[in-house]
Amino acid sequence: MVPLSWYIILSSILFIIGAAGVLLRRNILVVLMSIELILNSVNINLVAFSYFHQDLKGQIFSIFVITIAAAEVAVALGILIALVRNKSAINVDEIQTMKG
Amino acid sequence: MAEQIFFFIFAVLAVGSAIAVVSFKNPVYSVLSLMVCFLQMAALFVMLRSPFLAVVQVFVYVGAVLVLFLFVIMMLDIRKARMDQFITGGNFWAIGLLGILIIEMILIISKSRLTSITVSSELRLDGGVREIGEALFTKYILPFEIVSFILLVALMGAIVLGRKELR
Repeated sequence: MVPLSWYIILSSILFIIGAAGVLLRRNILVVLMSIELILNSVNINLVAFSYFHQDLKGQIFSIFVITIAAAEVAVALGILIALVRNKSAINVDEIQTMKG
Repeated sequence: MAEQIFFFIFAVLAVGSAIAVVSFKNPVYSVLSLMVCFLQMAALFVMLRSPFLAVVQVFVYVGAVLVLFLFVIMMLDIRKARMDQFITGGNFWAIGLLGILIIEMILIISKSRLTSITVSSELRLDGGVREIGEALFTKYILPFEIVSFILLVALMGAIVLGRKELR
């Protein structure tokens, strides 16, 4: 029997690794992958609580999270391809048109 | 006991491959280790008695999203996609934010009463297709429709963004 706290600790470790990837890497592709990692760590949380409370809501919610993540990746990679075609920029800090 | 050993194996593999995702220089290696990480997560979903979600994880993430990533990496010029690793300087704020995040997570987990939560005696859910399908098409029909609409919009957006001529 695996206690709930182990799942929570695992998902927070994965969340921190993903946040480190978003904050420290400059390659846009790796930043997008880190965002996927963050979303998946949240999914582990949701499914773990769903099992420990015997409630289906967590699983339903994580199905929606997976769907939205797929849509997000499709749009983000489309934007990335348009960006590379127009500006040939692959690093996050080269994209400064909006002074972000 | 065996369950804990398997959890330990999957967790160590997941954390190791997640660190590999962030630290590899080559994006292709990052995608492949992300694939390993997602497969471990699917195994964890099976351990949490939600087999449908594990299958969805493998289909959607490993089958669709990561293959999309690989195709985009192949389409981009990899020599142009300079494979620089971490920023050498000026990331003081990022490391500070990460430190705050780690301290916050440790505090929250150590102060919470998670150990008192155990699985209720009777297992009512089996996480199968039937249960999730019934819930999705009766109680959660409105979010389901909204998500399908979002997917349609994302499809159109990806097609429009990927076209050759934008003008």
